[in-house]
Amino acid sequence: MRPLILIPAYNEEKNIGQVIEKIRQYQPACEILVINDASTDDTARIAREKNVEVISHPFNLGYGAVLQTGYKYALNKGYDYLVQLDADGQHDPIKIKDFIEEFKKGEVDLIIGSRFLNQKHYPIPFFRLLGIKIFGFLVSLFTGQKITDSTSGYQGFNRKVLEFYTQDFFPSDFPDADVLILAHRAGIRIKEIPATMYSSSRKSIHSGLRPLYYIFKMFLSIFILLISQGAQNTHKGCND
Amino acid sequence: MSSHQKIVALVFSVGLLVLIIELVRRKKLREEYSFLWILTSIFIFLLVIWGKLLKLVMNLLSAKAPASTVFFCGIFFIVLISLHFSVKISHLTNQVKDLTQKLALLEKLLEEKK
Repeated sequence: MRPLILIPAYNEEKNIGQVIEKIRQYQPACEILVINDASTDDTARIAREKNVEVISHPFNLGYGAVLQTGYKYALNKGYDYLVQLDADGQHDPIKIKDFIEEFKKGEVDLIIGSRFLNQKHYPIPFFRLLGIKIFGFLVSLFTGQKITDSTSGYQGFNRKVLEFYTQDFFPSDFPDADVLILAHRAGIRIKEIPATMYSSSRKSIHSGLRPLYYIFKMFLSIFILLISQGAQNTHKGCND
Repeated sequence: MSSHQKIVALVFSVGLLVLIIELVRRKKLREEYSFLWILTSIFIFLLVIWGKLLKLVMNLLSAKAPASTVFFCGIFFIVLISLHFSVKISHLTNQVKDLTQKLALLEKLLEEKK
């Protein structure tokens, strides 16, 4: 089984080198792919110097589109599963082995690394925590299983999920709660495992006025999902 | 509608129609995007010269002032045009995203083959 570690990166020259080294420390055999979303700093050069695969977008497309480029690459190259983690060092690579162990059991398709299943997690600002809890509740409600961290970017997928996520519906901006509900409707088996996360030093993608757009977008997407017939009707399901 | 208002509305609708046709002729505007604009100018033109049609629309809208009715119809068409453009832009954004991803993946493939 071939795993791929995917790191979406935008202007992460300060962190990308350390993140790659840390992944190598825990997973020396895993291949690493950095998708550089048209960074204006030295992110791509530093990543190349660390001898990992690097794909650069000619211009900035957004977090979701960066991830999807990685999914398309993984599918084309025949990787069996993929684990994605952020380039800012927020996600501790020590847990990648847990993702791999879970995939080896063959009982799940999509794994979410949850900061809330860990005994200790960094302090989260109140409104962000509130948002995470609300969307976690909605995902739990509509998937019928307890999801504590639907906004976690620390996730792992097998090929079944990669095939599903490389379709047109996958959002270019924030693929979070709505995509999880859609994945569940498409018959994808989801599981959460504990993950260690640290506070991010960089500006969050949810900074400025973006939280307002994020909340609007999530509620709208979930509403559209609910009034749709089902994932199998609106998108190609995994078994098609 | 006063004669002055009629003249202004006619000049606007005819001017818009001529401008759109000229833009299409010069290949600056694609035919598919000119459709709603031409429809707008023709509809406003008809409202001004065809009193019965204006009265019918006024009754439908329960409007009292003819000038406001023409103005409302113009705004209605502009809203339709804006919506049409939003749909087109969404479609184009998806196409640009797909093309960009393909370009990045192809560049990677080329790099590997070198």
